[in-house]
Amino acid sequence: MLEFTVNFLAATMRTATPLLIAALGLVFSERSGIVNIGTEGIMLSGALLGCIGSLMFESSLVGAVFAMAGGALLGLLFAFFTVTLRSSQVVVGFSLNIFAAGLTVTLNRLILNGVRVTSYPSYAIPGLSQIPVAGPALFNWPLLVYFALLAVPLSWFVLYKTNIGLKIRAVGEHPKACDTVGINVFKMRYGAIVFSGIMSGLAGSFISMGQLSMFVENMVAGGGFMALAVVVFGNYSPGTVLVASLLFGASDALKFRLLMTPVGIGFSQFMNMLPYVITIVALCFFAKRSNKPACSAVPYRKD
Amino acid sequence: MNSKAVQYSKSIGFPVLSILVALILGAIFITAIGYDAAFAYRSLFNGAFGNIHSFSETLVQTTPLIFTAVSYSIAYKCGLINLGAEGQLHMGAIFGAFVGARFEVLPGGLHILFVLACGFIGGALWGLIAGALKMRFGASELITTIMLNYIAFEFLSFAVTTEPFRDMTPGAAPRMTAVVEAVRLPILLPQTRLHLGLFFALIAVVVYYIFMWKTTKGYEMRVVGLNPNAGRYSGMNIGTNGLLAISLAGGVAGLGGVVNVIGLQPFLTEGFSNNFGFSGIAVALLGGCHPIGILVSGVFFGALNAGGIRMQLMAQVPAAAILIIQGMIIVFAVSRELFIYFGRTGKLLLPKKQAGGESDA
Amino acid sequence: MAEYVLQMKNITKTFGPVVANKDVNLYVEKGEIHALLGENGAGKSTLMNCLYGMFDSYEGDVYFDGELVNIVDSRHAIALGIGMVHQHFMLIPVLSVIENVVLGLKENKEVLDLKAAAKEFTELGKKYNMEIDPWLKVEQLSVGQQQRLEILKALYRKAKLLILDEPTAVLTPGEIDSLFDMMRQLTDEGHTVIFISHKLNEIMKICDRCTVLRLGEVAATVDIAEVKDRQQLASLMVGREVELETTTKPVELRDKRLEVENLCVDNDRGLPAVKNMTFDLYGGEILGICGVDGNGQSEMVQCITGLREATSGKIVINGTDTAGLNPGQILGLKVSHIPEDRHKYGMVGPMTLDENLILVSYKQEKYSSRGFLRWKWIAEQSESIIKSFGVKTPGIKELAKNLSGGNQQKLVVGRELERTPDLLIAVHPSRGLDIGATKYIQQQIVEQRDMGTAVLMVSTELDELIELSDRILVVYDGEIMGIVERKNASREVLGPLMAGVRD
Repeated sequence: MLEFTVNFLAATMRTATPLLIAALGLVFSERSGIVNIGTEGIMLSGALLGCIGSLMFESSLVGAVFAMAGGALLGLLFAFFTVTLRSSQVVVGFSLNIFAAGLTVTLNRLILNGVRVTSYPSYAIPGLSQIPVAGPALFNWPLLVYFALLAVPLSWFVLYKTNIGLKIRAVGEHPKACDTVGINVFKMRYGAIVFSGIMSGLAGSFISMGQLSMFVENMVAGGGFMALAVVVFGNYSPGTVLVASLLFGASDALKFRLLMTPVGIGFSQFMNMLPYVITIVALCFFAKRSNKPACSAVPYRKD
Repeated sequence: MNSKAVQYSKSIGFPVLSILVALILGAIFITAIGYDAAFAYRSLFNGAFGNIHSFSETLVQTTPLIFTAVSYSIAYKCGLINLGAEGQLHMGAIFGAFVGARFEVLPGGLHILFVLACGFIGGALWGLIAGALKMRFGASELITTIMLNYIAFEFLSFAVTTEPFRDMTPGAAPRMTAVVEAVRLPILLPQTRLHLGLFFALIAVVVYYIFMWKTTKGYEMRVVGLNPNAGRYSGMNIGTNGLLAISLAGGVAGLGGVVNVIGLQPFLTEGFSNNFGFSGIAVALLGGCHPIGILVSGVFFGALNAGGIRMQLMAQVPAAAILIIQGMIIVFAVSRELFIYFGRTGKLLLPKKQAGGESDA
Repeated sequence: MAEYVLQMKNITKTFGPVVANKDVNLYVEKGEIHALLGENGAGKSTLMNCLYGMFDSYEGDVYFDGELVNIVDSRHAIALGIGMVHQHFMLIPVLSVIENVVLGLKENKEVLDLKAAAKEFTELGKKYNMEIDPWLKVEQLSVGQQQRLEILKALYRKAKLLILDEPTAVLTPGEIDSLFDMMRQLTDEGHTVIFISHKLNEIMKICDRCTVLRLGEVAATVDIAEVKDRQQLASLMVGREVELETTTKPVELRDKRLEVENLCVDNDRGLPAVKNMTFDLYGGEILGICGVDGNGQSEMVQCITGLREATSGKIVINGTDTAGLNPGQILGLKVSHIPEDRHKYGMVGPMTLDENLILVSYKQEKYSSRGFLRWKWIAEQSESIIKSFGVKTPGIKELAKNLSGGNQQKLVVGRELERTPDLLIAVHPSRGLDIGATKYIQQQIVEQRDMGTAVLMVSTELDELIELSDRILVVYDGEIMGIVERKNASREVLGPLMAGVRD
């Protein structure tokens, strides 16, 4: 029983990590008034670029840098079209997904083709990881898992206690008012989108290099959209976003658990539906969140 | 020039410009990854328009795209973003394939109608779910439709591997039971795969036009889509209009799925959709949700699909590269400001006198 | 020789083909209250937005404190000591008062010290006798408090020149008096105030000098001391003699058209907005609803027209209890509704004029049969409505959003009056219109009354209400403070009632 619980918790953490990283980035861009459904595509690109970097330099660290750089670049593109040119965020995000799907498949066939790359190494916490049964499973993670957990209080502090956090929250609520007190709305939104792009890229690289050690076409499989749902479910706030990611991670862990039961094998497709169904259910019960910015997805025009 | 002519030239000029820019950037990309872009595009063009066979293949690809583009447009006109055409198409195909393989008691024509109706219902139900969740709980259809896509894929995966849906012929690959001969659509052009479905797609566009612009219900939907408050003010019901719109949208996408099954392969397999749902959205966006626009850009995207296969065969460029170009086309098509933006920057770079003369002209 | 704190010379600002300001000269002396007078659309706000750095570019020279400056963002304007209180407050409702105050300050440290800021802010508030709890959310403040917060926000940024854009529109007569007191206190301390308004008597009362804008150009700059009456200012503003009074025929009451009994309605946040209202309205009279914005007028009208449900009470229109009826069915009881915000409710901007003109009656036999619209017939009808209501447009296929504000309102009014209503509900019918369009719309409403229509008119313009209404119902905080007959209606009587004071 203990072993079951420990394994379940470990699986939860492992699947929750990329969601949490992406969602923490999205908290900032959503709060600044941007809805980026292209997150899916950015994560997919991050997954691919991470593997390419890792393959080329035989270093998962370089892979992470590749993934973040790619995320930043795609974020910049998204920002240019939606903030500067004021095109529909939904359409630009949608086409970003198509673009990324094409790009990753093309580059994958060209460069990777299912080759195994250096994955994120695990680091054990001295002492805690020595605990029998629970230790090795729960206190021995890739760095990104620790990073994701540390990023929760850090994001909270930045969002609620600092000057830049106040500006980000204000820009999503009433961009015009921000303009009248001398805040550059465009700069704030660019910054938030690029930051969110970096986090999404990093999250994608965890899917390919933290959960597996290879790239598989379309491996994100809706994870970007789930991250968006996690942000809504988590009421646009880092602490609750953590809880939401863990719940989503648990549903994924449950899926894998069920797939190993006799019923699960016969109805594997229905088990696979579980995370998607959970996402929908979560959205339904938590659609109207109090922290949703008033000017969400509305482009800002200066005059 | 009168303003109407300007408007028409803009509504054609900008999409064409978007395509050109995307193709140029695509060529740069293809060259950058080490292929011969000119050869790739030549084989793409030949694969799409080279002879009557390739052109008919283009039209075969166009057929489902028109259905899914109309699907996106109906919902869009009512203010909803339907990203779920892919899943609705899947559900339509599953419903249609199931019914098409049974009920042989019905006479041929009636059986086809029955199959089409079931495909419509399958898609409509899938759309209705997203609509109902939005109206009842306020769940964003952007995410729910995408999630419903994945669920539909799993349904198909289930249907092609499990009785009573799967084809039980010994040695058969995972697929649903073949539809009976009586419901298969006639081929329009001998020795090609071009089937009667294209004709159905054209009917769908015409019905879309008449419904949206000539009927009171269509008018209601457009008012609700453009300004829901004005709709409420004049006594329209936002909820029922939205539900109807997204159900119709799902139904039309479902028709696209079922038509592909009874028009092409008699078996429904996983991966039968060549990204039709998502490309259909691209078709609608490039065509501005306008009936004529949908037809023209439908043929264009059909050509990209058909030519892409040829391009992969001849020039070894992965067909997925077509998606890169597709993505760019959509983003440019909805970003008219882009060309104005660079036009202005370009003008600033020109010598001052010349720039001034231009604006005087 | 006066000392000018601000000189704006030959300012020109264009938006595409539209010239909003042309060669405007504005000279403001240190320590004065300078009025900027003009009709809606005369270019007052554009000029001030230029000064406040809301635009990327403008033509002309601006001298502030004697130095040539080129202000292209608000940060620069604030640094110079210019503060602006916009007509629509630039506050963020979900943030606290103090967060709003420090937002965007360039002195802010990366980690905010809100406690220190709150202390400083409280002291500033004490000095001007308008204390606000710095830890409240802005959405908890009343409109008057929000305006005071905006002024304090500017003073916190050390503003020397304060621009107030139509500040009295949201205030009761009593609050207006205390605003004026504060403006005097500020100028006594050496601050300068630019007061944007189109209300002549306020300008006569408070200002030292006045610059009048007409169609984007300066019509005159005058010393208020030398102006003999408001008629003179009005003529300058409009460019011709205007008749400020209209004459009305005596009332000829018909049958009861609207009966409101013990009505209670909640607002969007679930709080009571209309409390136990009871009144009647008869054919042939205009009942004015008077009160500062946000005292339950919107919720009351939404409830009468079926857009909002009552929590309790009864509404009877033309003898029919409207409980459970939807907006369409209520409009079907020969009710016409000129909504409070034509862009939001009254029209569909991206649709053509003829599509807009059938917005309410598209289902009627006249315009459609068996679910199909009769476009030919609709076009004919539309042409005739546009002609009879004087809507200026290139044609019925023009998009509604391309019309000017006045023509859009004529379009809405034309559509609603063409249905020959028994009950006309007009909410802020002249808001945002110039004098010509205002007069036209008011005349149409009076004609309806003379024809025997019952008119319910909601307005915040006291002059308009006093001039047109046969009876004025004053609301405060969702309650009826009193119903005043035409012969007794005056600012002095209505003012205290609007502020919730019953003697």
